[in-house]
Amino acid sequence: MKIDRRSFLSFAIGGAAGTALTPLPWKLTDDMSIWSQMWPWTPVPARGAVTVVKSACTLCPGGCGINVRKVDDRVVKIEGLPDHPVNDGSLCTLGLAGAQLLYGPRRVKTPLKKVNGRFVAISWEDALAEVSEKLSDLRAKGGAHTVACISSSDRGTVAELLARFLRVFGSPNFIRMPSSQDAYEVALYLTQGVRAIPGFDVEHSDFVLSFGSGLLDGWGSPVYLFKAHSQWRDQGGKLIQVEPRLSRTAAKADQWVPINPGTEGALALGIAGVIIKESLYDEKFVNSHSSGFQEWKRLVIDGFSPEIVSKVTGVKVTVITELARSFARANRPLATGGRGKGTSPGSLKEVLAVHFLNALVGNLGQKGGSWAVPEPEYIDWPELEMEQAASTGNQQTRIDGAGSDIYTHARYLANRLPEALLTDPGYQPVQVLFISEANPAYSLPDTTAFKDAVAKIPMKVSFSSYLDETAELADLVLPNHTYLERYEDVPAPSGYPLPIISLVRPVVEPKFNSMHTGDAVIQLAKALGGSISKAFPWDSYEECLEETLGDKWESLMEQGYWVDSEYEAPGWSEAFETASEKFEFTSREISALGNYSLVKPEGDEAFFPLVLIPFDTMRLWSGYVGSPPFLIKSVEDTLLQKNEVLVEIHAATADSLGLGSGSTAVLTTPKGKARVKIRTTEGIMPGLIALPRGLGHTANDRFLAGKGVNYNRLAGPVEDGATGHDAAWGIRARLAKA
Amino acid sequence: MSTVDEQSKAASGMDEGHIPQGVEEKKQDGSSATIILFFVFGFIASLIVGWVVFPKLLYSSRPQPVEFNHLVHNEMVDEGCESCHFFREDGSYSGVPTLAQCIDCHEEVQGDSEAEEYFVTEYVQRYREVPWLVYSRQPPCVFFPHSAHVLKAGMDCVTCHGSIGESESLRPYEQNRISRYSRDIWGHNIAGISRNSWDRMKMDDCAECHQRENVNQASVQTKRGGCFVCHH
Ligand code: SF4
Repeated sequence: MKIDRRSFLSFAIGGAAGTALTPLPWKLTDDMSIWSQMWPWTPVPARGAVTVVKSACTLCPGGCGINVRKVDDRVVKIEGLPDHPVNDGSLCTLGLAGAQLLYGPRRVKTPLKKVNGRFVAISWEDALAEVSEKLSDLRAKGGAHTVACISSSDRGTVAELLARFLRVFGSPNFIRMPSSQDAYEVALYLTQGVRAIPGFDVEHSDFVLSFGSGLLDGWGSPVYLFKAHSQWRDQGGKLIQVEPRLSRTAAKADQWVPINPGTEGALALGIAGVIIKESLYDEKFVNSHSSGFQEWKRLVIDGFSPEIVSKVTGVKVTVITELARSFARANRPLATGGRGKGTSPGSLKEVLAVHFLNALVGNLGQKGGSWAVPEPEYIDWPELEMEQAASTGNQQTRIDGAGSDIYTHARYLANRLPEALLTDPGYQPVQVLFISEANPAYSLPDTTAFKDAVAKIPMKVSFSSYLDETAELADLVLPNHTYLERYEDVPAPSGYPLPIISLVRPVVEPKFNSMHTGDAVIQLAKALGGSISKAFPWDSYEECLEETLGDKWESLMEQGYWVDSEYEAPGWSEAFETASEKFEFTSREISALGNYSLVKPEGDEAFFPLVLIPFDTMRLWSGYVGSPPFLIKSVEDTLLQKNEVLVEIHAATADSLGLGSGSTAVLTTPKGKARVKIRTTEGIMPGLIALPRGLGHTANDRFLAGKGVNYNRLAGPVEDGATGHDAAWGIRARLAKA
Repeated sequence: MSTVDEQSKAASGMDEGHIPQGVEEKKQDGSSATIILFFVFGFIASLIVGWVVFPKLLYSSRPQPVEFNHLVHNEMVDEGCESCHFFREDGSYSGVPTLAQCIDCHEEVQGDSEAEEYFVTEYVQRYREVPWLVYSRQPPCVFFPHSAHVLKAGMDCVTCHGSIGESESLRPYEQNRISRYSRDIWGHNIAGISRNSWDRMKMDDCAECHQRENVNQASVQTKRGGCFVCHH
């Protein structure tokens, strides 16, 4: 038998015929098609028991309630808590992306200590021992007041525990990060005599006149504002946006009033002048419940006629009078201040000018008006027993000067820290700095000065859950649990008109070797002993929280929030606690602060012919929490292209500089330089450069770091003559072809 | 140029000049027999490959991580399969039990079986979940709610899962090397022939029953018909 080519051929034909009679071809075809649907990278919903935990979001001061969906022990989705008074089931993109802050790579996994410039892991025991040793040493040497703490908030049990720790230890240096609340609090105190939180019943207003407030860009409580906005839409309410740049809020408003930056206060006074002249104001309020009106009226009418105001602001006289009339004639008009997200205090006189508009139309404490929300009172801990070291320490002047003879009205002046630390008084005024839930090395204007100043502090202790810019500067990082792993109370959402507390509760077990900052403080106090230890009679933070919330605890555990829905602002006869028991348009104290004047941006006009202003968007966050990866992905390419940020300038300005859209330029301010790309637009006043806030991180994670430019690196504070707060709204700048 | 005749000779392989007539005839007979033989070889070999070798190659086989006797457990519980494979409060189905269901009885080693000791020391005492290999796991693109089938339609477990509840040991888990499915989805018969309703779990089997029983032809959630009844 000879095997030749034909044999093979016939073998193959036989094989083919046989194969056709087996399942092989059909089965393989089926398997291959299924194989092509089973790529390992296709996301697959997790299996397991689905549970939902009610909690609250702490990622911004908005105070939303959340429903966290879990499959077994894994968080898979965060949704808005239905019926929560602030957000009623809705959520913003940052809130939605919260799980990435739990599982993402920016977490600090264990206490860290800096040794020779590098972090090494250390145990909690050693870390806390190191801090408490340093503290007792300091106190023994009479340096208790050289301990300071920077915190994003001064409300709620965690901030109060830190503040209490400082007080009983002997330091007056608890410092809250700046925000528009700073100036508003002073305005409420000076005009109404109350220590209160500014609240705005935007939901029920039908005519909102916003002086640069990014009502739809993250101002106040963002989701509450979004919901209010849809309500206006449905009910024919109006939104007027006064702002130098066509922001998203301006674009969605019924009218955008472009204005020279920093002159918003002048416009408010101009509008007030027209209202007064045409007797459009609320006579009942002004005549019976206010004092100093006549004096203030003269100032306004003489100094802020529509013609003068028009020249200053660039807003036409007719627009000014029109605005005044429609504002005063609306049923429930409301004026809001605080630029962008309200992350900067601004000038007191400007805030007062806006606040006076609300007073003129008599909306204080009224439906749809401006409210003075009482500070939460549920934190009622035992009196402190003050040892000698504590009393002496607390009598020292604060490091930031707040409350001193020069800065009588300010409570906190974080913007003054670098200056205070860098002017050498012959000794180191801060020996230990705590930083809790804040990222000042990124968020305070003039980050370089802050970093230089902080470098002089012998011991910096960060409680951050993330390796952010400030944590990187620290000598010790004592990581807090993230908000999805801990208990905490969230009182007083920014700008929300009712007294409300939401409860953050652990959704999952802590993923890493972190510790609740509340527990860390309690343990430090216990280690220090004596009256300090006695001031913290709880075994754990959880015990402290439950005890503090008392009878509200049940409803918080059940509903996720507690709200005083019966709350009504006091009537005008009881509302004001000033000397006159009336609303004060002017008083000795107010007059002492001088008249309204424009805040000049830093820098010499000859060198820096343009002005750089920041702007905010819901996709970029510039506070303690930097944008998680989902948000960075959503940033439009008109703001960020690859790693390059785009600045907006008016087409005419770009022309005069010979810069085309898409070209690269070097942006220089008195504080620093950066490479930027140019985007020309008609939606901005000429002569300005607008840069988004929230980019230019150097730390956190690779999804956030290295993208764009941090506005605060290029900017610096301008001290408000009246309060000492940072009143800057921009900085002089120059653009040159790269 | 060759003639037509020459060409045909060359094509048939007949070249009178080199091969004697008789030999040529014999070769022709032998050659056709060889051809047929090879055809048969090929035919039979491919049948063997297709029916016997291919299934062996296609599936990998491995034992379950822990031995388990359904029969023994079934006799001890009150609510049959649902005692361990239960519905959660929200109606979702718990599937293969987790340690939480085992731990009540198996916190300590019971009896003296080696498998029991292994289970308790390796898993229970170390709080490690057993990575059970699920025979009937549908691929991720399928949305299969047990509640609709068991609670609403009143089907019993045996209809799809057969008599596994009476088994005394767990058979090896076989996995398709290409599609990565469990073998139970296609069924153990490589030809896909099923005698019982639990022999196969392919899409056609679902569809056949859905049509026969005149099940909703649109998804309850999305209101979309066709594929979306079962697929995401
Ligand atoms: S608005 Fe603020 S509080 Fe609300 S979900 Fe967004 S980040 Fe969280």
